[in-house]
Amino acid sequence: MQKEAAIREPLILGHKTYHDITEDVCRPIEDKAPKMWYTLFGIALIIGLYGVGCILYLLGTGIGVWGLNKTIGWAWDITNFVWWVGIGHAGTLISAVLLLFRQKWRMAINRSAEAMTIFAVFMAGLFPLIHMGRLWVGYWVLPLPNQFGFLWVNFNSPLLWDVFAISTYLSVSLVFWYIGLIPDFATIRDRAKKPLSKKMYSILAFGWSGRAKNWNRFELVSLVLAGLATPLVFSVHSIVSFDFATSVIPGWHTTIFPPYFVAGAIFSGFAMVLTLMIITRKVYKLEDYITIGHIELMNIVIIITGSIVGIAYITEFFIAWYSGVEAEQYAFINRATGPYWWAYWSMMTCNVISPQLFWIKKIRTSIVATFALSIVVNIGMWFERFVIIVTSLHRDYLPSSWAMFYPTWADVGVYLFTFGLFFTAFFLFAKFFPVINMAEVKSVLKSSSEKAHK
Amino acid sequence: MERDTHFILGVYDDEDVLLHAVEKVRGSGVKIHEVYSPYPVHGLEHVLGYKRSKLPIAAFLFGMLGTSLALTMQLYMMKFDWPMIIGGKDNAAFPDFVPVSFEMTVLLAAFSMVGVFLITSNLKPWAQPRIFDLRSTDDKHIMAIDIANNSSLEQEKIKEILTASGATEVNNKSFE
Repeated sequence: MQKEAAIREPLILGHKTYHDITEDVCRPIEDKAPKMWYTLFGIALIIGLYGVGCILYLLGTGIGVWGLNKTIGWAWDITNFVWWVGIGHAGTLISAVLLLFRQKWRMAINRSAEAMTIFAVFMAGLFPLIHMGRLWVGYWVLPLPNQFGFLWVNFNSPLLWDVFAISTYLSVSLVFWYIGLIPDFATIRDRAKKPLSKKMYSILAFGWSGRAKNWNRFELVSLVLAGLATPLVFSVHSIVSFDFATSVIPGWHTTIFPPYFVAGAIFSGFAMVLTLMIITRKVYKLEDYITIGHIELMNIVIIITGSIVGIAYITEFFIAWYSGVEAEQYAFINRATGPYWWAYWSMMTCNVISPQLFWIKKIRTSIVATFALSIVVNIGMWFERFVIIVTSLHRDYLPSSWAMFYPTWADVGVYLFTFGLFFTAFFLFAKFFPVINMAEVKSVLKSSSEKAHK
Repeated sequence: MERDTHFILGVYDDEDVLLHAVEKVRGSGVKIHEVYSPYPVHGLEHVLGYKRSKLPIAAFLFGMLGTSLALTMQLYMMKFDWPMIIGGKDNAAFPDFVPVSFEMTVLLAAFSMVGVFLITSNLKPWAQPRIFDLRSTDDKHIMAIDIANNSSLEQEKIKEILTASGATEVNNKSFE
């Protein structure tokens, strides 16, 4: 029997029964999709297809179609890579870390947050592959026996650590997510009327029947996977930050990067979860499950991680001054006052100043304000990566090599492509998969519903 | 009577009633075939008398295998097969091997545990489960009792025990 303090806000509003939960979550899957869905899905698909064109053009011509030059060899591509990886941190954090901390509010949001994570990490993974210019030799990053005289990949390189980290993170998240989906697919299978959907969901459900023995193992698997995924979440963005931190470029070579990147990742991931969740709950009428309380809790995580990121920015400045290294000091002064000052101050405003508005209860419980600020945060986090990457590179050691970066239409096209693909995948998920983890929500209905708190 | 074909089902609405019911039913000497629930009920495995699963041991062993494989691979490639002099440093640069070893540990532990779970629970895309009651994935807990396993008791007696334990419905179910 589960007990909960009576003063806690209920997690599930409106006097729901177990059957109501099944109905509310399965309805969008069983009904015909609304017109709105087709419109949004169509837009996402068109943007995605346009981006496919851009990528094909890029692969055919070479990465010279990007705005890169001999000074700035990394720009939007790696910015987008780190940005998407960062966004891909919220889902596993919500489902794994919050599971270990027994935070029951995760249950209504973990399914779609994890879906978002998986799609975001996919988008991230595309950038290093595209950046190779020769996508078809992408397998060279793996330590495979080869015909080049057994020349191996370099295990001293953080870029290789990244290959292992991102692919492990993607596959473990995918498995974690799928295991959680199995019981819900069984629910849909047992409700399905049409033979085709019955067949499809019965394949997806892996023959789940809800046996007590299987549930027991299922819970154990979830717990151990959460235990494994928790250090994994932190390791992945730490390793991404090593791509920069282990180099000798002033502005990159800082030991604060791993924790600072991890906080930034959680920050932007939660913002993206909020953006998507506010739309989903509205379109699917899930306000009773994803409540204002959930939004408020996520906003609190955003204040905390946003403040950590803010402190990291200031610490970087302080250490640059305190180190006495002129190149380092110049890199930071150039960030704030050089030709890219606008990017730096956009980052500062969006990431450090505007999230502080969430200290006001009225703002953090307002859906409109949360939605707007969640987008602001994601813009800010994109600028953060842009600032770190481009402003550290554009003033090279020799002033004769100083340069600016100007994106071309191909840069923009490839970035848009990932948005198109990301939203296409998310809309498909929202149509065919249960967006709320029914089994988990049902397991807390008795202790955390509105009725239980009366 | 044949085993595994004829069942008596007790249908329960509430998880706490179910937990007490399992104790009562087992206490009256009825052998429970299995309980089917729409969501995990904590403590059910204890009252049903299931042993603790050994899945975490599998995860640990495979995790260790992942660590050793990763370390062996990196050491072999970097130190023995194609040593490269990088800043005059030792080729067996263990601190550099930590990230990949960690990732391989997690990868093998997670995948093997899920693999063992799917195999031992007989979960696979082409599996055809035996559905006792379609509501068992929606809102009802179903307690299935194999009649052949409880031949010492009258069927009516079993039904009485189930009703007395709080079942809202008691049904018969037979499979081919």
